[in-house]
Amino acid sequence: MSETQPLLRVEDLHTGFGVEEHMVRAVDGVTFTVNRGEAYALLGESGCGKSMTALSILKLVPMPAGRITGGRVWLGDEDLLRYPEVAMRRVRGRRAAMIFQEPMTSLNPVVTVGGQIAETVMHHSRLSSAALRARVQESLSAVGIPDPERRAREYPHQLSGGMKQRVMIAMALAARPDLLIADEPTTALDVTTQAQVLELISALRDDTGMALLLITHDLGVVREMADRIGVMYAGHIIEEAPAAAFFSAPRHPYTQALFESLPSARHRTAPLATIKGNVPRLDRVFPGCRFASRCTHAWELCETHAPRWVETGAGHAVRCHLADPAVTRPSPVMPEPPVSAARPGSTSKEADRQVLDVRDLAVHFPVRRGVFKRIVGHVRAVDGVSFSVRRGQTLALVGESGCGKTTAGKGLLQLIAPTRGSVMYAGSELTRLRGEALRRRRAELQIIFQDPFSSMNPRMLVADIIEEGMLAQAVGASAAQRRRLIDTLLEDVGLPADAGRRYPHEFSGGQRQRICIARALAVRPSLIVCDEPTSALDVSVQAQILNLLKRLQSEHGLAYLFITHNIAVVAYLADTVAVMYLGRLVEEGPVEAVLESPRHPYTQALLSAVPAIDSPGEQRIRLGGEPPSPANPPGGCHFHPRCAHAMPVCRERYPPVVSFNGAHTARCFLYE
Amino acid sequence: MPFTPVVLTTDALLFLLLAAAGGYAWYARRREHLRAPWRQVARSRLGMMAAVVLCAYLLVGIADSFHLRLRIAQPDAQAAVRYSPEVLSLLDLATGHLRDAVEKTYSAPFAATLYVRETVTTPDGTVARVYPRLRHAATHLDDPERQRLGDVLATAATGALQGIALWALAVALLLYGLARSGRARWRTVLRQVARDELAVPWRLMLITAGVLIAGAFMLANLSFTYHVFGTDKVGQDVFYQTVKSIRTGLLIGTLTTLVMLPFAVLLGLVAGYFGRWVDDLIQYLYTTLNSIPGVLLIAAGILSLQVYMANHPQRFESFAESADLRLLFLCLILGVTSWTGLCRLLRGETLKLRELEYVQAATAFGVRHLGILTRHLLPNVMHVVFITVALDFSGLVLAEAVLSYVGIGVDPSMNSWGNMINQARLEMAREPVVWWSLLAAFTFMFALVLAANLLADAIRDAFDPRLRSVP
Amino acid sequence: MTAYLVRRLLYAIPILIGVNLITFTLFFVVNTPDDMAHLHLGVKHVTPEAIVNWKRERGYDQPLVYNAGGEGIAKLTETILFNKSISLFAFRFGASDTGRDIGYDIRQRMWPSLAIALPTFLVGILVNITFAMLLAFFRATYIDVWGVVLCVIMMSISTLFYIIAGQYLIGKLWHLVPISGYDTGVDAIKFLVLPVLIGVVHGIGSGTRWYRTIFLEEINKDYVRTARAKGLSELRVLFRHVLQNALIPILTGAVVVIPSLFMGSLIMEAFFGIPGLGSYTINAINQQDFAVVRAMVFLGAVLYILGLIMTDIAYTLADPRVRFE
Repeated sequence: MSETQPLLRVEDLHTGFGVEEHMVRAVDGVTFTVNRGEAYALLGESGCGKSMTALSILKLVPMPAGRITGGRVWLGDEDLLRYPEVAMRRVRGRRAAMIFQEPMTSLNPVVTVGGQIAETVMHHSRLSSAALRARVQESLSAVGIPDPERRAREYPHQLSGGMKQRVMIAMALAARPDLLIADEPTTALDVTTQAQVLELISALRDDTGMALLLITHDLGVVREMADRIGVMYAGHIIEEAPAAAFFSAPRHPYTQALFESLPSARHRTAPLATIKGNVPRLDRVFPGCRFASRCTHAWELCETHAPRWVETGAGHAVRCHLADPAVTRPSPVMPEPPVSAARPGSTSKEADRQVLDVRDLAVHFPVRRGVFKRIVGHVRAVDGVSFSVRRGQTLALVGESGCGKTTAGKGLLQLIAPTRGSVMYAGSELTRLRGEALRRRRAELQIIFQDPFSSMNPRMLVADIIEEGMLAQAVGASAAQRRRLIDTLLEDVGLPADAGRRYPHEFSGGQRQRICIARALAVRPSLIVCDEPTSALDVSVQAQILNLLKRLQSEHGLAYLFITHNIAVVAYLADTVAVMYLGRLVEEGPVEAVLESPRHPYTQALLSAVPAIDSPGEQRIRLGGEPPSPANPPGGCHFHPRCAHAMPVCRERYPPVVSFNGAHTARCFLYE
Repeated sequence: MPFTPVVLTTDALLFLLLAAAGGYAWYARRREHLRAPWRQVARSRLGMMAAVVLCAYLLVGIADSFHLRLRIAQPDAQAAVRYSPEVLSLLDLATGHLRDAVEKTYSAPFAATLYVRETVTTPDGTVARVYPRLRHAATHLDDPERQRLGDVLATAATGALQGIALWALAVALLLYGLARSGRARWRTVLRQVARDELAVPWRLMLITAGVLIAGAFMLANLSFTYHVFGTDKVGQDVFYQTVKSIRTGLLIGTLTTLVMLPFAVLLGLVAGYFGRWVDDLIQYLYTTLNSIPGVLLIAAGILSLQVYMANHPQRFESFAESADLRLLFLCLILGVTSWTGLCRLLRGETLKLRELEYVQAATAFGVRHLGILTRHLLPNVMHVVFITVALDFSGLVLAEAVLSYVGIGVDPSMNSWGNMINQARLEMAREPVVWWSLLAAFTFMFALVLAANLLADAIRDAFDPRLRSVP
Repeated sequence: MTAYLVRRLLYAIPILIGVNLITFTLFFVVNTPDDMAHLHLGVKHVTPEAIVNWKRERGYDQPLVYNAGGEGIAKLTETILFNKSISLFAFRFGASDTGRDIGYDIRQRMWPSLAIALPTFLVGILVNITFAMLLAFFRATYIDVWGVVLCVIMMSISTLFYIIAGQYLIGKLWHLVPISGYDTGVDAIKFLVLPVLIGVVHGIGSGTRWYRTIFLEEINKDYVRTARAKGLSELRVLFRHVLQNALIPILTGAVVVIPSLFMGSLIMEAFFGIPGLGSYTINAINQQDFAVVRAMVFLGAVLYILGLIMTDIAYTLADPRVRFE
């Protein structure tokens, strides 16, 4: 169905923020074409200008801070940037529609779902109210929303995240546009929901033949969806290729490094490739290649001369001197081989010693109702979870949002009081410790948080932040000694020595996460709970942090409880995996066993939903519906309403633990 | 000593407040994150212009807060040293010529005669209705009708020139200071200031200061020979009253804050951080206080104080002292009615902060509650405190006028804009209208409140552009 | 929802008890009835008999909290606490210190108060929302910048100035309406125009500025971008999406004062000679009639709590996110 008739042509687009001298050139010379019926992906890390490109196309750049300073945008034969605002209104929604990253905030909270869809339809066509209602319901059923008549009367907050994104799509498609611009449409969604939404977009495209401009940072999503890919870096496109060529032979060093830095089981034995440094600031003019300072292949020319846009194959073009036949490289230096650290992990002799043993841990939050706020029920966020972590090893706690994995982590650290269960650490029962005794114990169990921006007090110096825990736990006898320790720690996590005298906001996300790691290490813990420490970071930075965590583990014999939803990270880092669903563990075992032969239907669906880069188009297990609320879990096996293999017994009892060869266990009647 | 210093309670509190502000400035000077928002305030043009105006008010207010009692000159050198019972301030000493220049009744600004006719018996025995000459104004003019305009202009011009001379000196000093701190040649600095090339809008500030200084000197110079704003019903100089009222306005705006701040901050933080029954209790406390209409609570408080003072006159040494106590009590009770808003804001902010990961990280390190409250929570809610204090100030100054009008403001004997308006408002019904008292009070109050509002805006923008300003 | 409302109503009880205790402490403990008698009769030249008489006439001769001389329940009921404070819960306000029936006065005077306060309130909200929408529509232009400056200037002018200037210009100079006074029925309108006008103008500065911030906060939200991406016009985005969301904080913020409108405005009523509860309060304060002040404090507290409850109801009606909880 790919006609090579161009629908959208973006030519040398420039969009800037701020005033003359301090202007940030978010989009700095972007050129690409989307053909009719084609799916074009604009891939890039945060801050590369991809979202701003999308907003510029429809002239939705936030005013007055930002403005489009140059270029052309052709939609069909209409020159959009020449259009006045009035004419743009005819284009938006009707010819090109857009959906956004956050379905939670992108819908008007006080207008019904049906009302919001009807508004789009009404704006672009005159319909009778009956026809309008029919059209709204048609749109809702088209995006797979059951019972559209009722849903149309509901408000956005009554729908789940995945449902909201479906409504957004229904709204965008209600006026039947030729082009759908999707700005990170699944980033805020769980992996199983993401799979549903991506599938929906593909199906709708097959039906309507509309073109798709997909903005994303996720190589897996690109693999799933795109016909052609443009890679954005620092405000412009540095590589463009058809999907097959892109995934088999990426040409730009940046693209190659992106692929290399993806964690996976294959990389377990060696550190991940990383891209040194950070994304450059866009408030300056680049004389040479914008990637040069981070490129392992760069030489003098790269610093001084911007590379040409070189065509290297059928539809494959790249902006790099290496690919330019007109440029000869003076002395080809082989990139330094990555430093490989010996991996201690499971071979360590001490590995058998348990550091932490959690038995039947439960954290319930009371639900209060009525005149006297009596407790009428509980949200069973964590409902009887048992696991143990061994010295120097990593246990990954995997699950989708709302499954209780973070609460479990905080519950065992006694940051939230557990409702029942025991947490044995080094012979003492943490749940019974109070006051001073608990305070003393806290040195040995530490936590690293997800958001590197809110996990440090913005009004304290980095050195003071690290020192705070040392003071509370009486680490280091004197101020001078503590300062020395802090310097060593900062060096250990790969930060410059003067970092201690600066404030957190002066560091990038990855660097902040390093500071958090240093802060945790300062009190010499033996176990660290890592609560999604890399999910807010870009792939290349994620690789740096994962490498660091792995090195520190082998050096200090640390045990990690790694809480995550990212299967690739689990495969790379974990020794054992525990899969959580609705407050309970459904499967547990060594990482190879669980990832390669998952037993529980939920684990199977979860793994299957992850968009794979190596094997696209593979038949997926699709989960229907969304996880139920932990306040009111389904009877019997919590998973049975969504399970393809559900049996009558699943509705009646919660399944017992079934053990497969040794440590691999699952709770499912299928194997009883 | 020719005098003995008197420290009224409000004086002491004002100095305490100034010392606290100074201490904070010294502390913040070397901490970039504390300085950064203030630096942004310093870049705001309207904000800095307002700051200059506020400084002028503050100087007058401070001068009016050094109190003393003069020694009574006694013929007998051996007699025990005695001091006058009258408590004066430095401002009173400087404006003594106005305080004593009491006319019989109303006179218009720059008038040479009274505003009302009087029956006088001329030396030749005839009785005439004439506008009698004033005793303390324009006495040096033989024929006021003809000479007055020229004299006023000349005196004003002399004053303005003196002011400009002083201003030039100040500018020179400032440029010298700027040049030294910036390690630049002073000519360069002069050029930068003149072309307004520096981050801080010095040019605008200097112009504002110039206008203020010149105006002040003009008024001061004229005040020796005229009642520049006229006189009131009992013949008191309105200019003197207006200037004396500055201290009252400033004190109401600042002391109220000082009184309520500790409660609001402590209770707000504690309620938000500990939650549970502590939160319930504090919420109950402020809902209860809030549910009493503010004016009525103030009325109840002031009435109670009045009863108390009327029944215990022996407890108060001097007039000044009892008026001062009433002012303090007014601040106190205004504080009681106004702390609840800040407390609720802080509670909400703390509730949000408590869930932030750095607070949890601190808990995970075993940092004690006190440490978390002072190190992590307090510094991160300070912006709310600054914004609220700045926004409250102008409201309190305006409230004083209304309360004094209702009769539950400051002591009726105390100089305040509210009292001036209250005493003068009936004169609007006179024919012809006596407008100068009202206009003087409104103008001075307006300038102070506008300046405070503009500075508060600048502070709010700098500290938190997203915080909503609740009226 | 019903349970929630019942909870709020129950919560009002401890608050009213608290209010009552505060007033009781201020009026009877800090200052004893003897002090009050002295204040009214003069400190000097007053006989003990006169004081006893004054107290007896007003019922202040009983013990404060416990009447040892009473019998049974009367030990508690024949006290000042019971007769002067607890009786307020039954809305028995008793007699003023000058002997008038406070309850009757309140019922008479609340309607004139409402006649000024309600139009001021409604017109004020309408005018402020209109101006704020205008500023939001022209945001980041000179109209907006100078509009805000004008708001700040208007905020900085004392209420008293608005009143005095308004009375002088409209009443005295132009003779458009009477300066002060009140009448019943339709004739009241000519007396109400000026106070309502002044009340509205006085509120424009702060109201417009506050609503403008609310509008701007909403305008920056994601759903507004979605609405624009649909191709809607700026006016439709403002009216259908921004206004509808912004009205939630605006209306719920305004609802809390509605019951208190009965209390009237102290200075407005005093200046314009309106025989409402505001001037009633002022007179009581000036005549140091503690019985009336006490009654008004309690009434004010009741109305405020009523306002809080109405706010909660308004929230549930206006915001579907709360309605369907």
